[in-house]
Amino acid sequence: MKFTWFNLMPWPHMPDDFREKHRSVWVDIPNSLYDPEKGHEVYNTYLDQLEYAETLGYDGIGVNEHHANGYGLMPSPNLMAASLARRTSRAALVVLGNSIALYNPPVRVAEEFAMLDVISGGRLVAGFPVGTSMDTNYAYGQIPALTREKYAEAHDLIMRAWAAREPFPFNGRYTKLRYVNCWPRPVQKPYPPIFIPGGGSLETYDFCLDHDYVYCYLSFTGYKRAQALMQGYWERVAERGKDLSPYRAGFAQTICVAETDKEAEELYREHVSYFYNRCLHVYPGFADAPGYRTVKTIKSGALSQYSRASFAQIGQLSWKEIVDNRYVIAGSPATVREQMEELIKGLRVGNIFCLLHIGNMPDEKTRHSTKLFAEQVMPHLRNIWPDHADDDRFWTHPMATPVAPQPIAAAGGA
Amino acid sequence: MKSHQITTATGANIRVHEDGDGPPLFYLHGAGGLMPDDLFFAALAQSFHVYAPMLPGYEDSDGEDGLHDMLDFVLHSFDVMYGLGLTRPLVVGHSMGGMIAAEMAAVAPNDIDRLGLIAPAGLWDDAHPIPDLFTKLPFELPALLFHDQDLGARLMTAGLDLDDPEFLKEFLIMNGRRLGTASKILFPIPERGLAERLYRIKARTVVIWGAEDQLIDPAYGPAFRDAIADATLDEIAAAGHLVTHEKPAEVIGALSPLN
Repeated sequence: MKFTWFNLMPWPHMPDDFREKHRSVWVDIPNSLYDPEKGHEVYNTYLDQLEYAETLGYDGIGVNEHHANGYGLMPSPNLMAASLARRTSRAALVVLGNSIALYNPPVRVAEEFAMLDVISGGRLVAGFPVGTSMDTNYAYGQIPALTREKYAEAHDLIMRAWAAREPFPFNGRYTKLRYVNCWPRPVQKPYPPIFIPGGGSLETYDFCLDHDYVYCYLSFTGYKRAQALMQGYWERVAERGKDLSPYRAGFAQTICVAETDKEAEELYREHVSYFYNRCLHVYPGFADAPGYRTVKTIKSGALSQYSRASFAQIGQLSWKEIVDNRYVIAGSPATVREQMEELIKGLRVGNIFCLLHIGNMPDEKTRHSTKLFAEQVMPHLRNIWPDHADDDRFWTHPMATPVAPQPIAAAGGA
Repeated sequence: MKSHQITTATGANIRVHEDGDGPPLFYLHGAGGLMPDDLFFAALAQSFHVYAPMLPGYEDSDGEDGLHDMLDFVLHSFDVMYGLGLTRPLVVGHSMGGMIAAEMAAVAPNDIDRLGLIAPAGLWDDAHPIPDLFTKLPFELPALLFHDQDLGARLMTAGLDLDDPEFLKEFLIMNGRRLGTASKILFPIPERGLAERLYRIKARTVVIWGAEDQLIDPAYGPAFRDAIADATLDEIAAAGHLVTHEKPAEVIGALSPLN
């Protein structure tokens, strides 16, 4: 199993009456709610937590991209990953990911991801999301009905840029370049492992299987609700005649670990509530721009998780209901172990994106939960897929002897 | 409504509603398409022989993949017009359709000599920002589109039951196809450089606006009139963006000098 410690980087200071005063946490949330001086502490605390996770043995540390979003303060995940690259040495840098249709030209992603892979000595996991409607269409103005075509073209350009050893011309509809010439190029060969976040689009299943990319379901409603979607994915894997390695799939799960089940409720309840009530308060008109989703996907019933009323309902549910429905896996190490095992086997996933910082959770509690999970849960789940223990196709291949950052004083040549 | 399908030179299968015995009128619909038993179409057919092609993505018209930008929409619309055997018909467009009609008349000024623009999109003035149609929920639309909101609610929600999951799915598919097409020329800002091309229009032009239009402010009316060489402006009182459906007789009266 591969465990990635993931921080969405929410703004933890949204007011108690946020839902009443504002229609959405995303797209048109006024930035008067953001305080840059508090933000300084928030960013640095979150980065410290990601670095702390490496010391506890998490396989990866994860960042992602959102725009105009009160629960995701990383418009540029690559800046965060660059910062992490210098202060970590072992964990994979899971950038999940760059919305490649948004970069102009998209060769920028090939370059920046190559930079991260080189600086980190081959520790990059490269994520290529299509991006949500909120980010891609509303905040960044991409035409919904053309977003997928633009994404596909950007993907083609990036992969060719990484593969080529001579400059070449690229004549796309959205990008025309006479000289595609990616300097630097990535350490990992032929390229870093590629993770694709999906939300049930049938096209995305096939896209992952066409290229042997990892399919990642980044749900906020837990593993019980994800069963049907992941089952659809695995059926497609079988239909395509691909092997059923669990490392072809990943799942994001909100997790809270405490000494006892009771302590979990006492410690984390308010932060879970903050996340579901305030962070996931998205105006339905932003959830799914018309034309963003294909007709085939709508017919399959896969609507945006943001277009459902479920988050609002979760926010009003009792702790018991949230936990019983497994929106959040919470409890003692024994409880969490048992439920994680059910998740991993039930969804057949080799990658877990562990959402251990939740909403406005303070640093001390975050570290408490993170440490308990690393020490008392992870070791029991490590070898859950013994038949696939040697499958290293879907994870990083770092350099054997990377250099370490030198102390600043020494660099001055004393 | 009487209709048939034609196949264009590029292979798109296009639904064309056609009715009436008068002089030919080529009608380009707005982002919402036509309504069931569309009352403006019926009113036009009293005075004209109306040809109302549905753009790809509307009703059962296909060929969406062939449309990327405004030039594609313009050439597609000419392909349909010529495919119907029409030579210099009166060209009328509403909202998005008005934007396309104005582009057609600017691109081929010798092929369009009479033009009716009803609350056309296509210009942008920071002093009068056009609301974001693409974030509106169904229940928000009547207030945006109609002066008479009771009429709007009746026309726009007839037969809608968004609580029924199957109906909702069909609605989302229909809405996704229609506005998916519209988004290619209207998203995120409904402007594609038309202002730079309006000077080319030679057609005798009537610009028509509902005085209470909440979607595209009536201030855009004089802007179109002044930029087109031979244009007049008719503002119709007590009507919103769907002036076509609130005041059909007045709209047809305003078009009559072009007949």
